[in-house]
Amino acid sequence: MHRIRRLPTGVVWALGTLPLVLLVWDTLVGNLGVDPVRDIEHRLGRTAVYFLLASLCITPILRMARVNLVKFRRPLGLLAASYAGLHLLSWAVLDMGLLWSQMLKDIAKRPYLTIGMGVLVILLVLAATSSNAVIRKLGPVRWRAIHRWVYLAAPLAVFHWLLAYKIWPGKPLAILAAMAVLLAFRLPLLQRHLGWRARSA
Amino acid sequence: MKLSWSDVTPEALFLNRRAFIAGLGVAAAAPALAAAEEPNSFEQITNYNNFYEFGFGKTDPADNAGALTTDPWAVEIGGLVDRPGSYSVADLAPGNAVEERIYRLRCVEAWSMVIPWLGVPLASVLNKVGVQSGAKFVAFETLYRPDEMPEQRRNSMDWPYREGLRLDEAMHPLTILATGLYGKPMPNQNGAPIRLVVPWKYGFKSIKSIVKITLTDRQPVTTWQAMQPREYGFYANVNPTVDHPRWSQATERRIGAGLLGGRQETLMFNGYGDQVAQLYAGMDLARDY
Ligand code: HEM
Repeated sequence: MHRIRRLPTGVVWALGTLPLVLLVWDTLVGNLGVDPVRDIEHRLGRTAVYFLLASLCITPILRMARVNLVKFRRPLGLLAASYAGLHLLSWAVLDMGLLWSQMLKDIAKRPYLTIGMGVLVILLVLAATSSNAVIRKLGPVRWRAIHRWVYLAAPLAVFHWLLAYKIWPGKPLAILAAMAVLLAFRLPLLQRHLGWRARSA
Repeated sequence: MKLSWSDVTPEALFLNRRAFIAGLGVAAAAPALAAAEEPNSFEQITNYNNFYEFGFGKTDPADNAGALTTDPWAVEIGGLVDRPGSYSVADLAPGNAVEERIYRLRCVEAWSMVIPWLGVPLASVLNKVGVQSGAKFVAFETLYRPDEMPEQRRNSMDWPYREGLRLDEAMHPLTILATGLYGKPMPNQNGAPIRLVVPWKYGFKSIKSIVKITLTDRQPVTTWQAMQPREYGFYANVNPTVDHPRWSQATERRIGAGLLGGRQETLMFNGYGDQVAQLYAGMDLARDY
């Protein structure tokens, strides 16, 4: 477990592009079935959520297992933002066929798309404030304040997923539950209880 | 047998022609559209299904419906009819009465296909059992058999699936009970052995694997309407001007159009307005969606 820490972050990037490589491969060889557009769009969206979930695990792992994977958090977050961006691109180009007027109307009018757009904006802001230079310029306090928005973005991304369906699919509900647990670790009350935070702060 | 596009006239419907292509009023004047209206492949039609009894994924029905026993099969017809009873598929759709109907199918999820069904007009079945004068609606029920329908073993929905039509909709010559497609018996994932097809309504109205048909004087409660009345109405007519609360119905994606196929405009009553609009004369379709 501790050896993982010594892996270069390039490994995360390499593994992180694997879902994209597989998706391109499946598209080219015709593995995507009857409606490739939907498959591409959905797989990109799901992959974004998985990386978002992974990035939320880093701090609890540090606190609980005392394994420091913090250096992997940035690539995980950037991968989540990239897949979310590709997801939007697939929606605009493949699903909507670049019908600009309907796209804009839909984003304004459809809560699940408005939420999706909100999440994407947050993720892009976080990505843009993730370079060493920007982090240094912002200083740790402001940087942390900005990046706390991920606690909103992550569950909203899953909410966006749930809203797109006619029924309540099990997988996003399970992911939402996992996120709730991960986010609960950030609550001062629970942190105090677990002894992660001084009792009188 | 396929008729040419210029043959597709409303009168053809009432002449009980053996086959007619999806009636698209504008297509007769624009033959170029005809190519775009080629039926989807058998492969596409049988591997992209919403049949929630077998799972919520589009390929779940193809994966899981193989276990469904469709022979023997009985359809219980009752309520306000002269000859109630249990009917076999052959009773309702005898081989020599089956005709081909190439219809567009527009799903409420904003995708569409073109499907060459085999079937008989529902009106012929209703006439056979004798509709009594008090009947105003027709209620349908899908098979409830948790042993063979995995999703029914969970409480994910209120099974069995129920649908309904107004009597005049049910008697309309476009409304059929389908028993096959592409000249073959109905594949299980498409609603074997007998299912409804109402081409001017969203796909969920076209209930699959029917075991019960009841003539009533009251509007039946349908599954989706009961679950989310704000999103799914009793009528569920294809209507590009009335959006689903969570997504637009103005356009649709034709399955099989390819990666860069884009979208096409959704037509009022799915393009069957010439034939069915008069059923709804005077109704506010934004209210009765
Ligand atoms: C403007 C931004 C966005 C748009 C327009 C958009 C659009 C869509 C659409 C059209 C669907 C498919 C709904 C359906 O087929 O019924 C979808 C599903 C989904 N989206 Fe987005 N989305 C956006 C942002 C995001 C973001 C930021 C994330 C994640 C971080 C995300 C994750 C997902 C997921 C996980 C699904 C479900 C995939 C599945 O069903 O397997 N989306 N989105």
